[in-house]
Amino acid sequence: MLAGTVYISFLGAAGMLLLPKGSVASARIFALSTAVAAFAIALATFVQHRTGEMLTVTRVPWIPSLGIEYYLAADGISLTLILLTGIIAVTGILFSWNIEHRTKEFFALYLLLIGAVYGVFLSYDLFLIFVFYEIVIIPKYFLIAIWGSTRREYGAMKLALYSFVGSAMVLIGLIAAYVVAGAKTTTLGDLAQFSFSLHFQMLAFPLVFVGFAILAGLWPFHTWAPTGHVAAPTAASMLLAGVVMKLGAYGCLRVAMTLFPLGLGPWGFHIIGLGSWRDVFALLAVIGIIYGALVALVQKDFKFVVGYSSVSHMGFILLGLMTLNQIGLAGAVLQMFSHGILAGLLFAVVGRMVYARTHTRELAMLGPMDLNNVIPFAAITFVVAGMASMGLPGFSGFVAELMILIGVWRAYPILAVFVGIGIVIGVVYIWRAMQSAFFSDARLESSPTETPLPPISFPERLGAIILIGASVLIGLYPQMLLNIVIPALNSPLFTGLRKGSWQ
Amino acid sequence: MTAINYGQLLQVALPEVIVVVVALTVMAIDLFFLRKYTMRVRFAVAAGLASTGCAGAILRLLLAPGRANILDGMLIANPLTDLVQVALLVLTILTLFISLDSTFTEHVGEYVLLILVATVGMMFLAGSQDLLVIFISLELLSLSLYILTGFDKRSPQSSEAALKYFLFGGMSAAFLLFGFSLLYGLSNSTNLMHIASAIQGPSLNPLLVIAIVTTAIGIGFKVAAAPFHFWAPDVYQGAPAPSAAFIASGSKVASFFLFFQLMAVGFAGAEGSAALTHVVRGWAPVLAMVATLSMLLGNLVAIRQSSLRRLLAYSAIAHAGYMLIAIVAHTQESLAALLYYVVTYAFATLGVFGVIAVVETQTGGDQLSHFDGLSRQAPVLSFCMSIFILSLAGIPPLAGFFGKFYLFVSALDAAPGSMGLLWLVVLAIAMSAVSLYYYLKVLKRIYVASRSVEAGEIRSPILSQLVMLLLAGAVMLLGCAPQLLLRWIPVL
Repeated sequence: MLAGTVYISFLGAAGMLLLPKGSVASARIFALSTAVAAFAIALATFVQHRTGEMLTVTRVPWIPSLGIEYYLAADGISLTLILLTGIIAVTGILFSWNIEHRTKEFFALYLLLIGAVYGVFLSYDLFLIFVFYEIVIIPKYFLIAIWGSTRREYGAMKLALYSFVGSAMVLIGLIAAYVVAGAKTTTLGDLAQFSFSLHFQMLAFPLVFVGFAILAGLWPFHTWAPTGHVAAPTAASMLLAGVVMKLGAYGCLRVAMTLFPLGLGPWGFHIIGLGSWRDVFALLAVIGIIYGALVALVQKDFKFVVGYSSVSHMGFILLGLMTLNQIGLAGAVLQMFSHGILAGLLFAVVGRMVYARTHTRELAMLGPMDLNNVIPFAAITFVVAGMASMGLPGFSGFVAELMILIGVWRAYPILAVFVGIGIVIGVVYIWRAMQSAFFSDARLESSPTETPLPPISFPERLGAIILIGASVLIGLYPQMLLNIVIPALNSPLFTGLRKGSWQ
Repeated sequence: MTAINYGQLLQVALPEVIVVVVALTVMAIDLFFLRKYTMRVRFAVAAGLASTGCAGAILRLLLAPGRANILDGMLIANPLTDLVQVALLVLTILTLFISLDSTFTEHVGEYVLLILVATVGMMFLAGSQDLLVIFISLELLSLSLYILTGFDKRSPQSSEAALKYFLFGGMSAAFLLFGFSLLYGLSNSTNLMHIASAIQGPSLNPLLVIAIVTTAIGIGFKVAAAPFHFWAPDVYQGAPAPSAAFIASGSKVASFFLFFQLMAVGFAGAEGSAALTHVVRGWAPVLAMVATLSMLLGNLVAIRQSSLRRLLAYSAIAHAGYMLIAIVAHTQESLAALLYYVVTYAFATLGVFGVIAVVETQTGGDQLSHFDGLSRQAPVLSFCMSIFILSLAGIPPLAGFFGKFYLFVSALDAAPGSMGLLWLVVLAIAMSAVSLYYYLKVLKRIYVASRSVEAGEIRSPILSQLVMLLLAGAVMLLGCAPQLLLRWIPVL
């Protein structure tokens, strides 16, 4: 049944093109109902499937001569992310209710993107994962290039090329792994059982890991993220930060780390204190956390603040993966969910509620508009989202970051200090943005007779409430996700990782 | 020397005979009965007849698959050659469909005749393992293509391209013939198998080295691999759209199949090794160099093109580079990968030229700016175009992606354990990441840019829409279910 999420989204995308020309309302409704239907399936499976173990959805031979299978399966980790995709997909459509220009095409590409994302999370065959992973690139490009804002063509092309370079690296690793294993199978589980030589894993692991991590915003390969997020229309930046970056992190965990667990082991020598790829990537992740936060601190553009905060938060996920202990890994998966929700919410406030009304994102210009009184709902939402993003208890971000921090404390006590600094800077940049955008003392003295800003519409309110609700729900009762994530981490797929350097 | 069994000869060559007879009939009918009708009618009748003939030949190949070897490899038939010939005929039919709306010539009968004659040349090329027959059919193909290139007599560009093509082609034919003559001298035979057994030896004869190099130059020219590519951009740009489509698709399929046969069968034993760690003299390192050069030059130069046809020409050079990797690997599996790749590539290229033909006749050019905002005026054509372009770029689930995947897998599989060709595969994958940039630039014009007012309206004729949809459907279907094509490739 879970496979329906993919099919419904793709069919919805195709059906969108058949709708009568020029009817904007029907396109919106149709897109929303498609996304809701897919989400309902995801939710139903989530409710039914409480153990987190591998659940085979479909398994048929696809290209028998190469041993490639059409193999869809879900465990607790993928189920969590599928749920996230469903939530973001639905709210993204709610927040793009104002798209009037080429509406049908917009939603067709949007649904295509969603379907491919579901596909990546559901695939259990390497070839299939890769196929869905690459389908994501093209709609992403067009969503930004056609409907975007600031430097959209540059941002879109940069994003597409970075993604494609990343997936090229992944492809090299996958083909090499397939040929070396020589078993004529691309099933993830089978390949993960194969013991590749240490030498091979040491080479293949960083290649595939970085290939995926480019999409997860690993410093210094993150530069596509801020420009891409800023250029994208609201729904696309929600998707980008909310789920597409998670694709990268998911690939790191699901493919790179399970296939080549020995690649995480020590090199046997040290270069400037680094003794393994694991150390290298942990260090890069921490640099990403602090760098992203510092750059967010000095941005003049509201959306860039959120864009760089994404880089910072994605650093937490990658760091959580590199802790290689259960609490750190589970925290990373939880952070994927949490950041997906919160980044979606932040981008919705900045892009839809504020920018679509004021047509500016300059913090200095927003301040005098007295947005706190003009659109109070936006201000409240941003305060809540900001608090959640800072990691205040009661929201999902708190639990996730706490778990990662504990994991890091066990694995890299020194780095934990820097992570703490990163969290503090996180508080500061959110505070600064909140202050200068919504609660600034500066007042507009001239031209008070501008046309009043339209009030926050119902779809926007609904979307914001869903996202806040999800974050609070997980923040108050994280077991809901952890109950299925932890058994998945203990499943046979991760045996190699556990045997290798799991602590 | 055994006596020639003419009955059997006729039987094996029947598909080719059918095509020749139809070609002559088409010309006669056009000459005697259709002169006073409009161009559309003449093209429709001629192309219809010719397609029927090709379909007849396909039926013959499918219904009576033969296994024959006449006159010691002069003419052979086996499931593999049958498959290639069917693919060539299908491509010819599609080319004929694309040419239906053409207005560049009044000599309809001659045009269709030349296309069919070129097809016959390609079919013989695929069905022979004898140097003489190979050379003659290659000349038959080339001469027809030269004329097809220059067929638009009103366009100086077309004539210039034809002249350039002819001069380069003549030179490369000389090289090829020189190489063949050396081979004959070395082995005292024109049969590829005999040549292979004659040149076996612990070390390479210097004459053999010359033969290898000159042969590689001769065929490298046909497949437009760098540095023998100079004709390609001009021909792609100057030739009438259907001719360019034919050169870019059908002739590529035949030439690559021939290239593989020549190298893997004729030069078996002299392949050497192109593995980076231990390069051994032979033809594999030579071709690996050519492949490297083609991938680099094709992809990098394509970035700078402003004309879609020239862009396609350089991308064709790049694709030739990818496909050469399969020849360097020269295993049965890589042959299958090569065939899958070149056939699906031919479909996509045909499609792109089909769209170019429509846009060009209405806007008067093939500059990228002529495609600005096409998606708002011709949504179906634009959709098909994006399928073709993305397939060329190697985006799944389109055929181009599986082609690349399979090709690279088979190349790495060629030397089990050592992965000697990894460097070529890495280069190819890196270069295909570069290629996405210029392919996306084309799509950006179509979907993102807004249409300028003076660019004018674009009508999309129903027939070309149908043909394009058919091709786009084929590219998608073969990408989603590669098995449909793979199971016909008998080498597996």
